[in-house]
Amino acid sequence: MDEEYDVIVLGTGLTECVLSGLLSVEGKKVLHIDRQEYYGGESASLNLQQLYEKFKPGRTPDESLGRSRDWCVDLIPKFLMANGELTNILTHTNVTRYVEFKQIEGSFVYRWDKINKIPANESEAIYSSLIGLFEKRRLRNFLQFVANYREDEVSTHKGFNLDVDTVDDVFNKYGLEEGSKNFIGHAMALYDNDDYLTQPARETIERVMLYAQSVARFGKSPYLYPLYGLGELPQGFSRLSAIYGGTFMLGTPIKEVLYEEDGSFKGVKIEIDGEEHIAKSKQVIADPTYFPDLVKGTSKLIRTISLINNDQLPFRHNENSGQIIITGKETKRTNDIYMALIGAEHKACPPGKSIAICSTIIEGDKPPHIQLETAFGLIKVKSFDHTFMGLSDLFEPLDDGSKNGIFISKSYDATSHFESVTEDIKDIYFRVTGKPLKLTKLEEGEFNATA
Amino acid sequence: MSATQGPRLAQFKLVLLGESAVGKSSIVHRFVKDSFDDFRESTIGAAFLTQTLKINDNTSVKFEIWDTAGQERYKSLAPMYYRNANAAVVVYDITQSASLERAKVWIKELQRQPNYQDVTIALVGNKLDLEEERQVSEEDAKLLAEQEGLLFFEVSAKSGDGVLNIFQEIAKKLPVEEQLNKIHQKSASKVNLQRPSTNNQTTCCA
Ligand SMILES: Nc1nc2c(ncn2[C@@H]2O[C@H](COP(=O)(O)OP(=O)(O)OP(=O)(O)O)[C@@H](O)[C@H]2O)c(=O)[nH]1
Ligand SMILES: [Mg+2]
Repeated sequence: MDEEYDVIVLGTGLTECVLSGLLSVEGKKVLHIDRQEYYGGESASLNLQQLYEKFKPGRTPDESLGRSRDWCVDLIPKFLMANGELTNILTHTNVTRYVEFKQIEGSFVYRWDKINKIPANESEAIYSSLIGLFEKRRLRNFLQFVANYREDEVSTHKGFNLDVDTVDDVFNKYGLEEGSKNFIGHAMALYDNDDYLTQPARETIERVMLYAQSVARFGKSPYLYPLYGLGELPQGFSRLSAIYGGTFMLGTPIKEVLYEEDGSFKGVKIEIDGEEHIAKSKQVIADPTYFPDLVKGTSKLIRTISLINNDQLPFRHNENSGQIIITGKETKRTNDIYMALIGAEHKACPPGKSIAICSTIIEGDKPPHIQLETAFGLIKVKSFDHTFMGLSDLFEPLDDGSKNGIFISKSYDATSHFESVTEDIKDIYFRVTGKPLKLTKLEEGEFNATA
Repeated sequence: MSATQGPRLAQFKLVLLGESAVGKSSIVHRFVKDSFDDFRESTIGAAFLTQTLKINDNTSVKFEIWDTAGQERYKSLAPMYYRNANAAVVVYDITQSASLERAKVWIKELQRQPNYQDVTIALVGNKLDLEEERQVSEEDAKLLAEQEGLLFFEVSAKSGDGVLNIFQEIAKKLPVEEQLNKIHQKSASKVNLQRPSTNNQTTCCA
């Protein structure tokens, strides 16, 4: 009865499912378990019923909200960068067959009590009302430098050494004002606080490049979002894994984790149809909830989900979706507030409605909803009848798993996109397999059974 | 009525359901490649195939076929599998009466899906070439199909008998015209990630 696997995966969040898929494709024998009945863990999309059960147990959804199943509400607000690494993984593995994407219509930053479109390239910057006339020239020069930067052509480096010179050094050389610095760092490089300014400039330059290239890919904004919610992503990758032989068991609690004498991972005890089974493996990949003793909390996040009517959308040009960044500077905080808005266009809710998800790192001891006041103001949320609030601890593993074979993923952080998630995926992949992730396009033919 | 009507193609998603080894993948392969393999392994790799069927002079139906991939074995099929399915083929093996019981469970599962009313479902008894080992009578299965309002066929993926007919009959039931009209209205388009980026989409003012 007992069986041996190359890797056991616990939890069906996005990180776990992508890894499960990639490892199965490589021919590894994967057993994938989730204690819950549904795919996705923290990265699932919930219907109304599930949303109320989670956040307002005992209460039934308002009739005005329509049918439960017409809602796919994410628990974490994240978008895909059109040119980002997750998009890359999706196209290489052909998981794009199972998930459809649409653009997010706009990317905005809150300033001077209103929301402003973020200029995405040098020509947009010229027309932006965000920036003063003289500043425009300087900003344009900076963005041109970024656009032309080529790692292997010293002439494009403009005398900078990106591994030594700090972001501030580069900004100052271009004579950029506080306002421009703020939006380059926060709205384009997508840092949620100002620590990056004193760091070597390379990462920031790369992030601005990613932003600009992502906008250039489809226009409007750098962001993509799957129809029916983010919960489609783990499902798509789970199918990839299954197609390549991965075994999936949902609704299966772990009765016991088994260890070798030296403390390394040995397997798990589970129950199938009332019968106990032991699944063995030397390696396990798990989300933090499966090994609470082996992780530490890093910061606390507040996330709120508001179900709103479309007339509460804060956009000026009838956009139906978007991201708004309220920088720390605007609210006298250290960390930015992110707001993600999606609606019926992305099949996330019934027509006429939208979903607004706000998130930020908790600072000080003001009550959480006060910390998000500015965001609620933008979407005219006055009572919290249709707002769901959750505090989440962000966890990361205490060690890298090299000794005990236990590889734990990080919680989904405060950033507004999946770049840090894919970094974690690649990092775990490296630790599990001992080699860096190299994506090769799966060919059409490889999908056909060996006949 | 337009005079210059080119060939029209309506695309539909079709899912296969049924117990392991009843011949789901074999039916798909017979339909898509007109081939059969006596030693087909449990589905690995081939779980997404397409096949186009001409339904009249200028109209074709393209089936996007989703074959199960083992996730159903421990009741772990992802909801995305059913999502937006236009047709479902529920397969049993006429030589295994237990497989018809399992088919009934799948039919119930389908009936729980939100878009059930819009899904064309076919109940298919496979391995008709093994008539001498038959355990499920044609009458019993047919009666079940009638009660549940499903199309019904008996086929053999091995000989090919009746396989094409399943898909032709399903195609007749699909809302082809509706689908074609919808395509014309579609405005905010989905993005195609597989296509390499071109910059013909105006970002703005450049
Ligand atoms: N005699 C006979 N054998 C068949 C027929 N169709 C399929 N088989 C055999 O039945 C076995 C299972 O067929 P598959 O097509 O792999 O079955 P499946 O339903 O896809 O199985 P899973 O992928 O495990 O769910 C194979 O050995 C096939 O060769 C048929 O019409 N007649
Ligand atoms: Mg099969």
